[in-house]
Amino acid sequence: MLDFSNPTKLIFGRLTWEAIPYHEPILLFTFIGVVLGGLGMVAALTYFKVWGTLWRDWFTSIDHKKIGIMYIVLGIVMLLRGFADAIMMRLQQAIAFGDNVGYLPPHHYDQVFTAHGVIMIFFVAMPLVTGLMNYIVPLQIGARDVAFPFLNNFSLWMTVGGAVLVMASLFVGEFARTGWLAYPPLSGLLQSPDVGVDYYLWSLQIAGIGTTLSGINLIATIVKMRAPGMTMMKMPVFTWTALCTNVLIVASFPVLAGALALLLMDRYVGTNFFTADLGGSAMLYVNLIWIWGHPEVYILVLPVFGVFSEVVSTFSGKKLFGYASMVYATVVITILSYLVWLHHFFTMGSGASVNSFFGITTMIISIPTGAKIFNWLFTMYHGRIKFEVPMLWTVGFMVTFVIGGMTGVLLAVPPADFVLHNSLFLIAHFHNVIIGGVVFGLFAGINYWFPKAFGFKLDAFWGKVSFWCWLVGFWVAFAPLYVLGLMGVTRRISHFDDASLQIWFQVAAVGAGIVALGIAAFLMQLWVSWRNRAALRDVTGDPWQGRTLEWSTSSPPPDYNFAFTPVVHDHDAWYDMKQRGHQRPTQGFKAIHMPKNTAAGVVIAGLATLCGFALIWHMWLLVGLSFAAVVAAAIIHTFNYHRDFHIEAGIVERTEQARTRALAAAA
Amino acid sequence: MHLPKRCRSLLLFPVAMLLAGCNTVLMSPSGDVAAQQGRLIVVSTLLMLLIVVPVIALTLLFAYRYRHTNKEATYKPDWDHSIQLELVIWAAPLLIVIALGAVTWISTHTLDPYRALVRIGADRPVAAGTKPLVVEVVALDWKWLFVYPEQGIAVVNELAAPVDRPIHFKITSSSVMNSFFVPALAGQIYAMPGMETTLHAVINKPGEFEGFSANYSGAGFSHMKFKFHGLATADFDKWVQGAKGGGTELSRDGYLQLEKPSEREPVRKFATVAPGLYDAIVNRCVARGTMCIKQMAAIDARGGLGTAGDTANGTLASLNLNLVTSPKSKTLVSAICAADERIGAPLPLATAN
Repeated sequence: MLDFSNPTKLIFGRLTWEAIPYHEPILLFTFIGVVLGGLGMVAALTYFKVWGTLWRDWFTSIDHKKIGIMYIVLGIVMLLRGFADAIMMRLQQAIAFGDNVGYLPPHHYDQVFTAHGVIMIFFVAMPLVTGLMNYIVPLQIGARDVAFPFLNNFSLWMTVGGAVLVMASLFVGEFARTGWLAYPPLSGLLQSPDVGVDYYLWSLQIAGIGTTLSGINLIATIVKMRAPGMTMMKMPVFTWTALCTNVLIVASFPVLAGALALLLMDRYVGTNFFTADLGGSAMLYVNLIWIWGHPEVYILVLPVFGVFSEVVSTFSGKKLFGYASMVYATVVITILSYLVWLHHFFTMGSGASVNSFFGITTMIISIPTGAKIFNWLFTMYHGRIKFEVPMLWTVGFMVTFVIGGMTGVLLAVPPADFVLHNSLFLIAHFHNVIIGGVVFGLFAGINYWFPKAFGFKLDAFWGKVSFWCWLVGFWVAFAPLYVLGLMGVTRRISHFDDASLQIWFQVAAVGAGIVALGIAAFLMQLWVSWRNRAALRDVTGDPWQGRTLEWSTSSPPPDYNFAFTPVVHDHDAWYDMKQRGHQRPTQGFKAIHMPKNTAAGVVIAGLATLCGFALIWHMWLLVGLSFAAVVAAAIIHTFNYHRDFHIEAGIVERTEQARTRALAAAA
Repeated sequence: MHLPKRCRSLLLFPVAMLLAGCNTVLMSPSGDVAAQQGRLIVVSTLLMLLIVVPVIALTLLFAYRYRHTNKEATYKPDWDHSIQLELVIWAAPLLIVIALGAVTWISTHTLDPYRALVRIGADRPVAAGTKPLVVEVVALDWKWLFVYPEQGIAVVNELAAPVDRPIHFKITSSSVMNSFFVPALAGQIYAMPGMETTLHAVINKPGEFEGFSANYSGAGFSHMKFKFHGLATADFDKWVQGAKGGGTELSRDGYLQLEKPSEREPVRKFATVAPGLYDAIVNRCVARGTMCIKQMAAIDARGGLGTAGDTANGTLASLNLNLVTSPKSKTLVSAICAADERIGAPLPLATAN
């Protein structure tokens, strides 16, 4: 491996000028755009002199609220990248018929669909979900931060590190051409000798460490740090779903890390776990990856089920119907999600009994899921529903998601799956549940909790425009894919001969365009709301007549969240407090013990990302140095004894008095 | 309704979709297995619509009826529990799943691709003593090789079978995972290197149908297609004779050439096939002097090389493995050298022809 006679190779490994895709016009223009945009951003940040505050108050912050917001920013930025990939695919498939080969050769197209899947799951959905949980869970349980605040910051930056590596692959080298799960033998060294799969593997490994640690963190937080009186069956439903999700993360992400580690060994040290020769078994990888992969689906969807539960109850002005059965349904889904992984590969020749078992366990998951839908339905029943933007997303979700659920159960019938597997019907199905479920839920959550985080509501007009564009765009984009699937059209194809299919792809492309408008409207919504923030301001901290503890504190909450830890008597704790005529305490404040910001997370994650980059390019010297630096930085951090401080009672008092005045002025 | 014309045609869009969906290859296929699978899709969907339609309707109804501005509607802010309703909302999906689960269990077993066909159509059982047509399918980068052991021929990128005769596909792959799929005929099964999968099917109507790989397999995947011909028995015999007339042989070396990655390969026919070729492909030992997987497995089953078991047997006492590794090629067991000639007897090691 090490060749000391060739210093260039020792330093740069296999990185040469060839790896920079300046001969690809699309990438070149993207690169120029990114560089110009980046320079503009740097210039703006310098001009407005925000580097200092960005570093001190944000990047090094261990405040769960700021970390949550940074996760969500990461998710939104990566959404733009992932969606650009989607648009490129839809355009290619809309034009590449017959003699027209389209504008993306397979070499490029195959990277695009791989990157789309990887980015949307790992760097859009995951950060958005993690960000919401990070922000909301401590507030909902009446805690002042998460259990391990530094670890939380480190987790964020490891996730960012993974995203940075994926983005780097756009301009330095290339990304995997294997599909988002990188099945071997295609992802093995023999079929994919270049850096694409290594980018994939190392970015997921690095981000995966962050996700796993964040899962441990939130479990510890929920289990240990609930306000007095908040028994498990008095936890808000969102916190329940967050708990179950993080249990899933902690139990499943190590399996992913293990599977990817074995594949890394196949690629780096010549083992044969998943090769076709020497006794390797690619099916072992497929099993392992889906033992992670199916729980992953629920990792994404459970928290948004929690969001919908909060939203539907708040905007119907009613207690959530069937709290207990909602909780049990969540727990049942958590457990069952480990018993269904084989339904992703019925077609690999398992026996009929094995296939039936996994098919039926899959259907059984639809029972608690169905119960949840009914619970939301009967929460609306006899309610007073205000159609604010979060509620629109919720109703849109309920109507869309049941169709996705239905096609999902259909795919769980093995003989039906034999004809629908890998088809565009499958693509339509999982976008139906991920867009119609996860994305709708995330938008509901962002619209719902935005005033909590920033002190002003999001603009309703642009929010509604965004909602309708997403809802209509989704159906126009994916209904044709259901039909194409029934026509036996398979996924991941970059060129077609049958001209009769073209119209369907053109309609789908229009749908993707409508979704693009939805995303634009969302960005517009952020901008307009910022401009009108004075008019949209909420000083009460409770703009929607909320029911859970996060609405009892100010918007945005103070660093310490709650001046006094609340005492809980009901699962709608804040509603209960309001009903009993709760009076906000205005004196007797004490100093509050808080964790201190640290740069260690940025530094260690940065070094780990560098190490990943060096590993991808076989820069062994840099690998050794950066790895040693990671270990050294981690050890040095353990000697940092200045990890906490007290917010003095006087400061707490001043902060709370300011709020008292603001509340009085508003009333 | 006084909608503008454009809007009216928009309303027709979902209807057009439904019609288009009914007319597709999966909904009206030409093989009995695919037809049963298509019917299963319809039955399962109808079963689920029993619950999905009311849910959607109730969602929209409640959303409308209990809107904020409708002060007529009952408002019960503290009503959050009802044993009866909870029983119904758990029981209703449960009942549907019980029904669907039963359908699943039965259909998964009757339509198990590994199970020999018992019928070639509704009320048309397979006649006793019928021998299925065996086709050995090899997914290559990026084309298909079909070997007909009974007829002794092999064809690239074209498949044919006589109408109403059960077909037994044995499926493998040369390098990566693919999926063998003829939508008009039957559901797909993966083609995987070093493994053999099985599919039983029958074609009921003569005609030309699309076949392809349904699992992404690399750069040439989009064009990894072939035509499947359902032929009357006489036509099928003619088709076989056509292949035989070509006169070329698919030798082991020829296969190794064919195996190399290529796209949009034209149809090619081989009159004869090297004996044991398909078996060697499955066992990854077509190249001269490579060890077959089953030999490797047999050694492992005895406890591996140089272990007590083998030493005691005295058969594999002094084995030497030569691992050939070069940076750009796969690692494989190139040869196995034994001091004892007896080794050749229990294990068919000689693969060179």
